[in-house]
This record gives sequence, C-alpha cells and structure tokens, in this order.
Amino acid sequence: MTADRMRSLRRGVITLLVVAATYEAVARSGYFAQALMPPLGIVARTLFDSIVDGTMLLHAAATLSRVLAGFGLAVAVGLPLGVMMGRFRSVENFVLPLTSALMPIPSLAWVPVFILWFGLGNTVTILIVFYAALFPMLLNTWSGVRSVNPIWLRAAGAMGAKERALFWKVIIPGASPFIISGLRQSFLRAWIAVIGAEMLAGSDWGLGWVIFDAKEFLDTDVMLASLIVIGLIGFVTERLVFGSIERATIYRWGMARPAKG
Amino acid sequence: MYDLVERHDITPAPFAVGAGPLRRAARNAFPFIVVGGMWETVAHLGLFPAQFFPPLEAIAAVFVRLTLSGVLPHHALDTLVRLGSGFALAALVGVTIGILMGRSRRAEDILLPLVNIGAPIPGLAYAPLFLLWFGPGNVPAVILVAFVSAFPIIYNSWTGVKAVKDIWVRSAQAMGADDRRLFRHVILPGALPYILTGLRLGLAQAWRILVAVEMLAAVPWGLGWLIFGAQEFLNTDVMLAGIAVIGLIGLALEKLVFQPLEQFTVVRWGMMT
Repeated sequence: MTADRMRSLRRGVITLLVVAATYEAVARSGYFAQALMPPLGIVARTLFDSIVDGTMLLHAAATLSRVLAGFGLAVAVGLPLGVMMGRFRSVENFVLPLTSALMPIPSLAWVPVFILWFGLGNTVTILIVFYAALFPMLLNTWSGVRSVNPIWLRAAGAMGAKERALFWKVIIPGASPFIISGLRQSFLRAWIAVIGAEMLAGSDWGLGWVIFDAKEFLDTDVMLASLIVIGLIGFVTERLVFGSIERATIYRWGMARPAKG
Repeated sequence: MYDLVERHDITPAPFAVGAGPLRRAARNAFPFIVVGGMWETVAHLGLFPAQFFPPLEAIAAVFVRLTLSGVLPHHALDTLVRLGSGFALAALVGVTIGILMGRSRRAEDILLPLVNIGAPIPGLAYAPLFLLWFGPGNVPAVILVAFVSAFPIIYNSWTGVKAVKDIWVRSAQAMGADDRRLFRHVILPGALPYILTGLRLGLAQAWRILVAVEMLAAVPWGLGWLIFGAQEFLNTDVMLAGIAVIGLIGLALEKLVFQPLEQFTVVRWGMMT
C-alpha cells in the first residue's frame, strides 16, 4: 500500500469518525427526543440483540426469499422471452409495444391494486418484485441476442452448425455480457421493490416491514439497525456476488471491461 | 455504470419492404387489442366481481370524469412538482459534490466513504425514518426523492471529471488558462456527457420511488396517494385510471426527457454510456 493510499484511508476513517461523533453529540444533547435519534451504542445493542435472538435473521431470510422468488420468476420468464424476441420478429412485434407501455409504470404503483386482487402477503410482494425485475432482464437479453455479430452466425452456419449448436455455442455466449448486466440491473430493481412492497403490503416478516412497523412504536433504533442490515445485504450482493460473476465471465472472456474510476 | 463495448450495432428492426406508417401503427396496436380483448372478456364473464376487475369502458369513464372535474390533473401536477423540486435539489447538490470530488483529492477522500455507505441502501428504506424526523407531508417526500436521485448524479459527475484527459488539462494550463477558465472551458465540457447521464439516471430513479413515497408520506394530493386512497374504498377503476396517468407521465419523461438527452449526448459527443 502506497503512502498515497494510506492517506486516503486515513482521511476516510477520520470522516466516518467525525460523522459518527457528530451524530452521537446531537443524539446525546437532548435537542431531539431520544426516541427519534438514539445514540449509536443503543443502535449497535439493538442490532446485536436482534441478531443473537434470531429475529433479524428471520426478517432478512423472509426478505431474501421473497426477492429471490420474484427475481427467479423474472429470470425464468424474461430470459427465454428475450431470446425469442431477439430470434423471432413476430414475438418482438407483439411483446415490445406492451413492454414500452408497461415499463414506465413504477412497480410500486401496482401495490394497492395487487393487494385488492391477491390480499396482503407474499403473493403481492413476489409479484411486485417480479414486475420490477422483469423488464431489465427482458430488454437486456433482447439487445444481447440482437447484438450478436451476424458474421459469427453466418460463419457458424457455413461450418455446418445446427440450430441447436448455433444457439448454445454462438448466440448465448455472444449475448452473455448483456444478459449478465441484465441480471445485475434486475436484482438491483428487485431489491428496491421488495423493501417498498414489504412496507406497503407487509405481512409480519421482512426487513421493509420491520422498518415500517417500528415507526409506529417510535423504535428508531430498530429502524436504524434494519437499515444497516439492508445496506449490508445490498452491498454484498452488488459487489461480491455480481462483481465476481462479472469477473469470472465477461471480463475474463474480454467481452467488456470494468468501468473506470 | 459499466461500459459495455459493442453497443453500436443495436439498431431498430428494419421494417418489411413497403411497410408504411399505417402498417406500423397497426402492428403496434395489435398486441394492445389482443390484451384489451382478453381483459374485456374476463371482466364481462363475471369471473371476478366488477368492483375488483372493472371493464375497460368503466376505467375510461372514470378517467374522463376525473380529468374533467380537475381532480386527476391536480394529483398529477402535485406529483410532477414534487418530482421537479426533489430532482432540482438533487441535481444542484449532486453535481456540486461530484465535481468537487473529481477535482479535489481531499474532498474525494472525505466524501467517497459516505457516498459508498449511502448508495447501496434502497432509498425507500429511509422513508419511515424521514417521516419520523420531518413529519408527514411534502418535506420528507421531496427530501427523500432528492436523496435517492443524488447518488447516480454524484457518481457520474465524479467519474466524468476524472475522465477528463490529463493532457487536455495540462495543455490548457501550458497555454496559460487560469483555474476559472480551465474549469469553464475544459473540465465542464469534458465531464458534461457523464453529468447528463447521471441526471438521466437520477431522474429515472426519482420517478420510480416517488409514487411509493407518496403512498407512505400521506400527502394531500399526488398520484400515489390517489391510488393508495382508492384502495380503502375498493375503487379499482380509480386506481387503474391513476396507474394509466402514471404510465403516461413515465412515457412522456422517457420520450421528452431521457431520449432527447441521450440523443443530444450521443450526437454532440459521439459517445454512448
């Protein structure tokens, strides 16, 4: 580690300490009610306790299972449909106008309608996540398949590749950078949608629900503790899971390079 | 915010020879006719109560009635004002912070950890906290929208300033440009495509959560509140009319703001992000 990076690190740590100290000072000054702005020690204690007694883990598990169900459904529908849109003009002509009409509607706008139709609970949350995650998946897959170089297709065809081999050996690898970035965008949308849907259509578990529920009882420490957990999960999936998928696939194949900065 | 190479070969599907605008319109209308027909059939068969699954003509009637009485325009206007003010705040703060981080090493070291911590948390998760701190109503809604859309703006402005080629800066300095002129004539134009991309992403993000924020923040007017309030009275037709307006505004944002911005960036700078 160079001296330059050491200095950056030192400054970063000092910033965080200063911010934390300022928060702590304001919280302890009694200027705001402690129920609204609990000191960091209490937040840490709440977080620790809720992890130890398992409630926070159950909430996180409930949220994760919902987001994975909706996201999985979106991939299961969006990926084949996107490939078909890229391969068959008639499918594209049918799906694309519907997509452009539905896509500008934020997924969370559907929550009240879905609540009326399906009642409170998991169905609504999963469907909202599905709606949010579907379009990035669909459109990225479609552009990916469309962007496969026609020369590769013709070359493979000339070398006698059958439709099936063409699909698995040329089209899917060729479209993979788009598909992977579609997966990433879809998951990001799904993660935002699941928190909102849990707040609005909350059943009795889930990180979004817990934050919203804690507001009723002014349990600001619980809210902040859940926020920390939500941020951690978001960070881990974004950086570690999708980051390593990208490193292991498209960067290694040299099909895309990491963004600068 | 990753640059995928090889995006240039995505062009709209070439239309069949001799396909006129009329045929294109018919082709675009066809899926809507099919889906609309299916909706009508289900609605009229009475599988579900009409209250939950109103036929399209009922939704259209509600839409016309609410538009003429001025209720729907009032809701839409309030939503747009909230979107505009939140986004303006985010643009002002975000571009300033982003440029500062790009220009000054000290600012970068200080601010980057904070931005990195705030960014991965979905903005809506802050909503209840902001409601507690600022009370219900317009203030938390606008602040939350600004907060959420600020992150892509900060990231992209920062990246944009850092992407300005060092050699441009040095040659401008060699030609005797002072700091102010360097900023005005080299840094700002060089970073602008990134800043525009950031603004576009920020606005899209703001739009996606605004409706939900309105539902949570109990604002007196706003499309999100209209939909959420209608749920109490089982007015599915009002809800669907509200969603239609939301879709129209989203479409207008897409066609009138995002696409021209992107076109402008691509044409003016010959780049695509």
